[in-house]
Amino acid sequence: MMIIRLTTEQLTTIEAHGESTYPNEGAGFLLGHIPDPDTLLIEVVLPVENKRETEAQYNRYELSQKDYLRAELEAAKQGIDLVGVFHSHPDHPSSPSVFDRDHALPHFAYLITSVQAGKAAITQAWRLREGRECFDEDRLVIVG
Amino acid sequence: MASIRIPAPLRAYTDGNEHVTISGRTVDEGLRDLAGQYPALEKHLFTDGKLRSFVNVFIGEEDIRFLDGVDTPVKEDDRLMIIPSIAGG
Repeated sequence: MMIIRLTTEQLTTIEAHGESTYPNEGAGFLLGHIPDPDTLLIEVVLPVENKRETEAQYNRYELSQKDYLRAELEAAKQGIDLVGVFHSHPDHPSSPSVFDRDHALPHFAYLITSVQAGKAAITQAWRLREGRECFDEDRLVIVG
Repeated sequence: MASIRIPAPLRAYTDGNEHVTISGRTVDEGLRDLAGQYPALEKHLFTDGKLRSFVNVFIGEEDIRFLDGVDTPVKEDDRLMIIPSIAGG
């Protein structure tokens, strides 16, 4: 299990984005670095537009290739890495779906916020297992 | 030789290398050469022997889907790039 450290302000940004896109899914990128093998330090939270067609956004998200490249280049500019993705589950639990697993990348942190009736309820962090068979939960630690 | 840019989440399988030199006359051959150099990459690039749907490959700024797909010819000095589709539900 990895420990993911992020600030209260960053968590608020993630959860507020999920509330702002409710009843649709909202998503974005996480930039940061890994100071030791068990710790991921989030440094930048980058909400971006959900590019799925509007009628599918209630349970699907997709980020554009242009936004992906922009996030990688921004991370490189800051001397950090693109380390993960966050998204919301409107009126559903903060655990990954089969669809999430099928589209997940290894070595990425996946933060999922459950948004219940428009209000962020809980955010959990997940990581795809090496064999792609399931996710394991990471531990979120809120600092500052 | 042609080279390919590896996206951040897959660099754990390329010894941290952002750019890898590949050989092959087509995109398919180039990607299989890449997977041959770094076998652990294979399951993240291919499923049932085909390129995963969320793995997008560009030659320069051109998406190979708008060229000849994985049959697109690769020239000696081409610069390829993998950009993963980030999606979920």
